[in-house]
Amino acid sequence: MPRRTDIHKILVLGSGPIVIGQACEFDYSGTQACRVLMQEGYQVVLVNSNPATIMTDPSFSHRTYIEPLVPEVVAKVIEVERPDALLPTLGGQTALNLAVALWEDGTLQKYGVELIGADYRAIRRAEARDEFRATMASIGLRVPDSAVVNSLAEAQAAVAAGLRLPLIIRPSFTLGGHGGGVAATAAEFDSVVQAGLEASPIHQVLLEESVMGWKEFELEVMRDRKDNVVIVCSIENIDPMGVHTGDSVTVAPQQTLTDVQYQRMRDASLAIIRAIGVETGGSNIQFAYSPETDELVVIEMNPRVSRSSALASKATGFPIAKIAAKLAVGYTLDEIANDITRKTPACFEPTIDYVVVKTPRWAFEKFPLADTRLTTHMKSVGENMAIGRTFKEAFLKSMRSRELDVQPEIPEDTDELVVRIATPSAERYDLILEAFRRGVSLETIFRATQIDEWFLEEFREIVEAEKHLQSFTAQGGLESLPREELRQAKRLGFSDQQIGQLLRATEEEVRRRRVALGVIPTYKAVDTCAAEFEAYTPYFYSTYEDENEALPEPGRQSVIILGSGPNRIGQGIEFDYCCVHAVQEMRELGYKAIMINCNPETVSTDYDVSDRLYFEPLTFEDVLNVIENEKPKGVVVQFGGQTPLKIAGRLHAAGVNILGTSQEAIDLAEDRERFAQVLRRLGLKAPPYGTVRTEEEALAVAERVGYPVLVRPSYVLGGRAMEIVYDPDSLQQYLRTAVKASPDHPVLIDRFLEHCTEVDVDAVCDGEDVYIGAVMQHVEEAGIHSGDSACVIPTVSLGEATVRMIEEQTAALARELGVVGLMNVQFAVQQSDHGGAGIYVLEVNPRGSRTVPFASKATGVPLARVATRVIAGLRLRDLDLPGWAESLAAGMIPRRRDLRHVAVKEVVLPFPRFPGVDTTLGPEMKSTGEVMGVGRSFPEAFAKASLGAGDRLPRKGTIFISVADSEKDSVVLMALVLSTLGFRILATEGTHRVLKLNGIEAEPVLKHTVGMELRAAAMEEGAGTITTIVDLIEAGEVDLVINIPRGRGARTDGYEIRRAALRRRVPTMTNAAAAHAAVQAIANDLRRGGEVTVTCLQDLHGFTTQLAGGPRGSSPLKWVRLEETG
Amino acid sequence: MYRGDLPGCVVLADGTVFEGFGFAARGWVLGEVVFNTGMTGYQEIVTDPSYHGQMVTFTYPLVGNYGVADHLMESGEVRSRAVIVREVKNSVWNSTCREAWVDWLEKKGVVGVGGIDTRALTRHIREAGAMTGCVAVGNDLCREDLLAAAQAHPAMSGLDLVSHVTCREPWEWPRPEGAPQPRYRVVAYDFGIKRSILRNLTAVGCAVTVVPAHWTAADTLALGPDGVFLSNGPGDPAAVGYAIATVRELLGKVPVFGICLGHQLLALALGFSTYKLKFGHRGINHPVRNYLSGKVEITSQNHGFAVEPPPVVSEALERGAVVGEGGVSTLAAEDMVLDSPFGPVQVTHLNLNDGTVEGLELLEVPAFSVQYHPEAGPGPHDSYYLFRQFTRLMEESAGFVAGSRARNGF
Repeated sequence: MPRRTDIHKILVLGSGPIVIGQACEFDYSGTQACRVLMQEGYQVVLVNSNPATIMTDPSFSHRTYIEPLVPEVVAKVIEVERPDALLPTLGGQTALNLAVALWEDGTLQKYGVELIGADYRAIRRAEARDEFRATMASIGLRVPDSAVVNSLAEAQAAVAAGLRLPLIIRPSFTLGGHGGGVAATAAEFDSVVQAGLEASPIHQVLLEESVMGWKEFELEVMRDRKDNVVIVCSIENIDPMGVHTGDSVTVAPQQTLTDVQYQRMRDASLAIIRAIGVETGGSNIQFAYSPETDELVVIEMNPRVSRSSALASKATGFPIAKIAAKLAVGYTLDEIANDITRKTPACFEPTIDYVVVKTPRWAFEKFPLADTRLTTHMKSVGENMAIGRTFKEAFLKSMRSRELDVQPEIPEDTDELVVRIATPSAERYDLILEAFRRGVSLETIFRATQIDEWFLEEFREIVEAEKHLQSFTAQGGLESLPREELRQAKRLGFSDQQIGQLLRATEEEVRRRRVALGVIPTYKAVDTCAAEFEAYTPYFYSTYEDENEALPEPGRQSVIILGSGPNRIGQGIEFDYCCVHAVQEMRELGYKAIMINCNPETVSTDYDVSDRLYFEPLTFEDVLNVIENEKPKGVVVQFGGQTPLKIAGRLHAAGVNILGTSQEAIDLAEDRERFAQVLRRLGLKAPPYGTVRTEEEALAVAERVGYPVLVRPSYVLGGRAMEIVYDPDSLQQYLRTAVKASPDHPVLIDRFLEHCTEVDVDAVCDGEDVYIGAVMQHVEEAGIHSGDSACVIPTVSLGEATVRMIEEQTAALARELGVVGLMNVQFAVQQSDHGGAGIYVLEVNPRGSRTVPFASKATGVPLARVATRVIAGLRLRDLDLPGWAESLAAGMIPRRRDLRHVAVKEVVLPFPRFPGVDTTLGPEMKSTGEVMGVGRSFPEAFAKASLGAGDRLPRKGTIFISVADSEKDSVVLMALVLSTLGFRILATEGTHRVLKLNGIEAEPVLKHTVGMELRAAAMEEGAGTITTIVDLIEAGEVDLVINIPRGRGARTDGYEIRRAALRRRVPTMTNAAAAHAAVQAIANDLRRGGEVTVTCLQDLHGFTTQLAGGPRGSSPLKWVRLEETG
Repeated sequence: MYRGDLPGCVVLADGTVFEGFGFAARGWVLGEVVFNTGMTGYQEIVTDPSYHGQMVTFTYPLVGNYGVADHLMESGEVRSRAVIVREVKNSVWNSTCREAWVDWLEKKGVVGVGGIDTRALTRHIREAGAMTGCVAVGNDLCREDLLAAAQAHPAMSGLDLVSHVTCREPWEWPRPEGAPQPRYRVVAYDFGIKRSILRNLTAVGCAVTVVPAHWTAADTLALGPDGVFLSNGPGDPAAVGYAIATVRELLGKVPVFGICLGHQLLALALGFSTYKLKFGHRGINHPVRNYLSGKVEITSQNHGFAVEPPPVVSEALERGAVVGEGGVSTLAAEDMVLDSPFGPVQVTHLNLNDGTVEGLELLEVPAFSVQYHPEAGPGPHDSYYLFRQFTRLMEESAGFVAGSRARNGF
């Protein structure tokens, strides 16, 4: 049966901002879906609030709405667009929940929109716990037993009724399982339940049968409407049950089950997808298996494409999202060809001849107070995947793909080491390897971890091989190591660096010797079929075997683009967006574009995107190996963030041609001393600074430049370990952690400019001409990391002359540095009393920045594509860029100057995942993702961005205000507006006094600390109740919190307030600028009567880039004017 | 890490050599080098008698992960003459398996080579076709001698290997505990029968008498069976003339169900021909469409020969189409009915990867067969329904079958 012809327009929902648990894997799946649906001739309408995604590129759908993913907004899009169908299964839980909400509120029925992919009933059966349990029981499968109880008596009754110990006790409404525990005995049970009930604000706990320590498996299943079902991939979690699968190191295919055991799980999966009733598409099913009792229980089922399905797609070469989209519009599996073999159908089960290991990437170093134990709540922010011919090879490649900034701390004491490995943590596998090195037995490690002995044996074998290599040190080391031994070490998966460490040689020495002995990697294809059929898809991984399948192809010149590795805070999807654009543009220009990356969540590692994909760690060794295999024209390092830049110098030194901005220019921008000379030459200002290597130097420099100072290690991304320090004591304390963060590099000390407006500029330079992508004004003032700051295009409170100066300074910097490609400059603007503005250059990065996708979406100019053209040797002046001629005619630096809308980028923070962490912002970046809001004015755009980021600004109700003394003058006007709009205002003592003196009606409320003291006293006296602001927030009586601490003061009280607000999901403003913006947004919203407007990018810009169909190698960037639709 | 001390190698008849290390038994053996793409089930694979005369290359690089166990035996012996792998494991961590893989192979006297670039070997066989080879383990191996031996070894075509693996005397397959009371008496021809087949037959209520390949039709009919089962087995079906004759005699007298070699023998008995595939189908992920139900089954496969396809299939394949317009997956069942001396024969199943005939059903005589392995062992259970189809056929044919239920004492 061909595709459905009764539907024409399909609404696709994205997953919104990147948050922990929902990352760019949904850009990958959504992009595939949009592309497939467009190819199939459907009109595609997309809603996704995340501007950093490839899917929100205007060329990937007909109508692209970067709008908040909330029911009323999506309903508005439905009202405007009138789609025939809604595909909710490719945008994560966000999209699925939205579809459910739109069904339940009747929107879908009202507009006759059909849910395709999974219907409402199926979603309910999978997602509602009771229905799921009943459905499983109906097919003879079990889920862990559980009960919700409100008292100890009820809990005891539940056990009496058959709930089996050990049980996990989870208090309701506490974040991260706070107050919970495990009870193995009846005595433990009573006390843990009691504690849990007390910890829960609603005095309720969930009792759940413990399957901790059981083996955990996942199967990726696909079904079509003719009931053909296939298993795409099995995944085994090395960490047993108890660690969220997103935080587990996982391996595909499963390694430890017999065929009999595996088939039992396969049978169960088929039964489950049928019983749940997922008619078409992919599902992820998780099982726990007890090797002791041979029991199998179903943990959960996701009736949608998931993070694991992205992993499974990359692990097997079977594009689950793409196939799911085709199935949703009526195709069946046997009607779809396998892309890789072309001749065989997609209705089969991939079989692989390699091993895949995924390792998560955490960011605990960003959250010093966070609980770093891994639990059933996911905490990782990204992941890498590695492919090898053996488990050991894949595991070692995955370990080195982590790109750790901070090396794991390993206890000196072996007993402590064994204790540490018992608790799942980010360093667990480093610790296990170390335990084996120190001779701890496999049995001991098994008892501590419950990790299947099969894996432990593999780890032990790695350590044995290390010792074997080490034994050659005494016999002459590297030079005497026989070729066969070196080959075995490489086959096992060791890097040159590791071999060097074991043999006391440098990485370079090992490489030289290795190449001299002819031990060079071979590349094998990922082909879904273990070589049974010829593969047409150029998707490779390295290994040390006999045959190399990735032979260089004669003909087209090739260009290698280096990706950005695992997502982390400070380096995420934004860089993948740039890489994908670079690849597409290079292909368009006629080059063979080769991608190297190791992040399975990304679009860049979709084998469809590049001419060749190497799924490899982004280390110097692995990258240079690919370069030597491919012999490209050059390598592009400016789109993958800091990852490629870190190795660019060594690649350059090894004779690799770095395309675009030269290595010399990169060094010039990174080297503070030389960069200062550049600034002096250009007559530009920068905050006074110094570079120090010792504590004494640091104190002296800080004294010279004047406190407060901004301190940070050099060569960092995302403000890692960056802090504002107000006095010498804090500086001394800081230096210990900073030195640890980056041992080989000195520490930078800058004067911190208070009360400045920060400005980001993204520009492209071809060595001579400069094109400004966007000048972005930060909403938060300087001092908050640019990655955590909301920002707005165009600048809304800077004078025209200032903006012009910023543009001119940017252009001067680009030319002076010799930038070829993208550049980002950060400025601080100090508005002075006497009219002028002081402009300070804070930082220049001669590479694509985090803001490139936002700037591109806001202005309609795809900056990474423009930069790629320039890198390939084209001139900016030949590209017919928007605003080029007009700007030049007006004597200005070229930039698009006809925008009639305002775009705001707002960030999303992971605080709910990290109980105990303060929610204030500072110079260290903490956000995981971003959203964009578009409107006719700044307040409108800001309100949308806030809504997209999950903060629903109130229209009525109660607002709590508490600000530090230094901010008190700024709060008066805000409070006046809010009071006039009819809000009830609560304020703590000091703030209340100021408001009252200014004639604003407000009610005083007790600070938490004061209240606690009074309460203690009152208890002694037996007096009445004391209510503090924290109590009011917890009780849900506050709708907005404005809490602005200053410096290091007011921490304890503010901390409790902000944590309470976070628990209750109350929007919280922690700085004056954001609070001002929020007040403006609220006022604007009320004035307009809460009307929802939606705008699609295609209408907004009046044009879109037309690149897909152009003739290869010749087409300049074309700007296709669309009909103005108002 | 398990690594043998001795060098080992695979020398193919075309002179290609793959080097690694030896494990388990030492020495050298000859046979046809084939590859299996399953990621689980190595023990079931090497004990499957259909691998007699062959040497299995595992495309999955880790073999031996979970050990070996009695309940995973598909016959009493290891049938693959050698085992060719990338990395070999020799430990037992899975509680359902008691023995370690390498130790077990050594005990069984099987030669193993590890450290082989099995993907390169697989790609070579895919392009050049399955061929004879020599697998050798030991010091001072003389390549020329091994190559000469490999080249002198007879190729598969024309070889009757069934006589090497069939049982000598008839025997009763014991009914395992918990199996249903038998309702059908089945005579199963042992051309190299897998235990999973016997287990599946008992699971649907059959009492099974296993008989040698040379057992005559008359002797079989004298046992008064409700149905006759034709098993899998090794080698060229066309070389097993005696069995083909037996099948021809049985057709129409008793319901017949054949699997793998049994399917090929049925086809030959119907007057169709068989041919050798370039490198065969060996794995547990092959899509097979049932043209009667329209559904696709993921199947377990192990065969080097196949039944000549009907013209419509050949034409579709010549057009190069498997998927999409004009492809084999879009053919209709009624276009695939062939004539035979026993009346019209429906081609019921085709392999969606390459259009090979995977199932036959006689329309006027109670008999059907499949090329793949519905019993799994190893592999998916999508096709268990065929065993029920066999019992249904026996039910429906009860009236005219030579042996009656009453006589069988059920």
